[in-house]
Amino acid sequence: MQIALSVKNLTKKFGDFTAVNNISFEVEDGKFFSILGPSGCGKTTLLRMIAGFHKPTSGIIEIREKNVLEVEPNKRPVNLVFQNLALFPMMNVFENIAFGLRRRGEKGPEVDKKVNVMLERVGLPGYGKKQINQLSGGQKQRIAIARALVLDPTVLLLDEPLGALDAKLREHMKVELKKLQVEVGTTFVYITHDQSEAMVMSDYVAVMNSGHFEQLDTPQNLYSNPASSFVAQFVGNNNKFIVGLKKDESGNFYATTPEGGQFLLSEPFDLQDQGTFEMYVRPEAMIINPSQGNKAINELNADVKAILFDGGNSRLLVVPENSKQELIVALPQNHQFDYIKAKDKIRVGWYPESAVCFKKSEEKIYEEL
Amino acid sequence: MKNSKPHKIRWSFIIFFIPVALWLFLLIVFPHLELLKMSFTGTDFYGKSGFTLENYGEFFKEPIYWRTFARTALYSIFVTFIVLVISLPVTFYITKIAKIKSQGFLTILVLIPFWVSELIRVYGWIILLRESGVINKFLLKIGIFKVPHEMLYNDITMVMGLVYTSMLFMIVPIIGVMESLDDALIEAAYDLGAKKTTIWRKIIIPYVTPGIMSGSIIVFMLVLGSYLTPKLMGGKNALWFTEQIYNSMIIYFNWNQGAAFGFLLLLLSSLIIFVALKVTRQDFKEVVK
Ligand SMILES: Nc1ncnc2c1ncn2[C@@H]1O[C@H](COP(=O)(O)OP(=O)(O)O)[C@@H](O)[C@H]1O
Ligand SMILES: [Mg+2]
Repeated sequence: MQIALSVKNLTKKFGDFTAVNNISFEVEDGKFFSILGPSGCGKTTLLRMIAGFHKPTSGIIEIREKNVLEVEPNKRPVNLVFQNLALFPMMNVFENIAFGLRRRGEKGPEVDKKVNVMLERVGLPGYGKKQINQLSGGQKQRIAIARALVLDPTVLLLDEPLGALDAKLREHMKVELKKLQVEVGTTFVYITHDQSEAMVMSDYVAVMNSGHFEQLDTPQNLYSNPASSFVAQFVGNNNKFIVGLKKDESGNFYATTPEGGQFLLSEPFDLQDQGTFEMYVRPEAMIINPSQGNKAINELNADVKAILFDGGNSRLLVVPENSKQELIVALPQNHQFDYIKAKDKIRVGWYPESAVCFKKSEEKIYEEL
Repeated sequence: MKNSKPHKIRWSFIIFFIPVALWLFLLIVFPHLELLKMSFTGTDFYGKSGFTLENYGEFFKEPIYWRTFARTALYSIFVTFIVLVISLPVTFYITKIAKIKSQGFLTILVLIPFWVSELIRVYGWIILLRESGVINKFLLKIGIFKVPHEMLYNDITMVMGLVYTSMLFMIVPIIGVMESLDDALIEAAYDLGAKKTTIWRKIIIPYVTPGIMSGSIIVFMLVLGSYLTPKLMGGKNALWFTEQIYNSMIIYFNWNQGAAFGFLLLLLSSLIIFVALKVTRQDFKEVVK
């Protein structure tokens, strides 16, 4: 596979502030690559360097193995879909899409054909004559993507393009965008703060935090094997326990909670640096009322605080005994636990393999609201 | 109509409306009607006054009148164009390139000349440009000129003075529109392969056209109707049309002739503005907003 985009040790400083800190990655041709991170972590800065709007403080950007650092944005074989779309209000839809083609000197029927094919692609055939302010949010979205895609860039850069849409439309556009990418086969580099967008669409996701990559992996691996506390919290839902670690005489490792809970861990740790750790267990890894006497399972008693009904995504909000910390437990969809009511006492268990544990990081970690 | 409410007398409206209506009527409509009447009035051989087209006829018969008229119109368009060409990069710099902190300062810099009256401003130019003026002295001293040159009283200095005098009225409306131009539009055009000139031609100028039009209308009318600058700085043997009106009314005491000239000037400015709006497909309502 050919490498479409390669970034090596890229750093960008604004004065003393390092917005992008020594980032390296490669994207293969035709892949959907996402950069996922909380707002302010430097995603746009990174993308703007690739597009050519920021000069990196240091590092190299190569497109199809050619260094493009000295190439102006209007000559780079990449195109950017802007965060606020930036459609030209003084032109109609057709002229917006034809803008880039005309700059290349293409004329007449050739332009017509390409624009119309593109409009068809994004599901808006016959929209050429419309003015930009006549379009809905989702339509503007598609036109902005069509305008960049019609130039057949080596890499299409997208800066949170679905951010402005309402939730329902966003769900829909996620699927559309993925289908479109597969159809045209263009390499996409997509940035977002919405983990579900990144997970649904991408072949690879890089999780970014305050200027650096925490982990670069497939969505499946990010979810099941987070490499850091930040990734465990940012990708998907997770239950967090603040724990200490200890090792028993037979060599098993345990996480201990301040309330006196003791939970078996599946992997060994270096106990040299004693300190606080964070253990994460996914809501769907939590088993409600596991069969009695299964020694392999970690268990705790909890009070049901509320039932969060959400169709197929219904969950229980529980509070372990002697604790104030709330946990989320996924409800299986087979109505097996329909009898559970608020204020019931239940047991919650999980297999040691389902839990991951990290040293509590000193840096401030972004908490999603 | 079913849901039309019974008419209520809106006193507040009337109270505010009366002074405005009076002002408009007494100071604008009434004198103009009077002037219009005057322009169609003439005294015959026996001293009896009556209706005549003579005042307008005079304009077309005497080449000096319509030559001055055409000269004034063309120079006004030319000055407006020059002002526009200078204002575009200036407003772009103020709104898009200058740091937020210095924007206010730069705008004030543009404004400062207008804190003094036109007369003082023109005298300022005269002090700089006259034969014994500052610039001549300087150029003589550093040896570029052997003898002093008269730099005043020609069309170039007049155009310069008019441009300087009306610059602000172009810059302010364009700044207003340019500020709302999203930087991302410029970047998007650049990203899609546009050169700098194309970005100006296809994005910036179309976007600020309403500002350009309102600025141009103000500047054009100001220049067309200006009196002091052309009189004090312009060439001695070519007049501005306002001087023609002044001469008719004050020197020859022919108010009827002057009124006719005044109306021709009003007609001309309306016509040119109308054509300009049509050509750029701008709505007058958009432009005055
Ligand atoms: N031109 C700039 N000058 C100074 N600081 C900037 C500039 N652009 C971005 N930053 C800072 O860099 C950080 C990252 O910004 P950005 O890349 O826009 O984040 P994201 O897109 O992930 O939300 C922010 O803290 C922001 O304030
Ligand atoms: Mg951003």
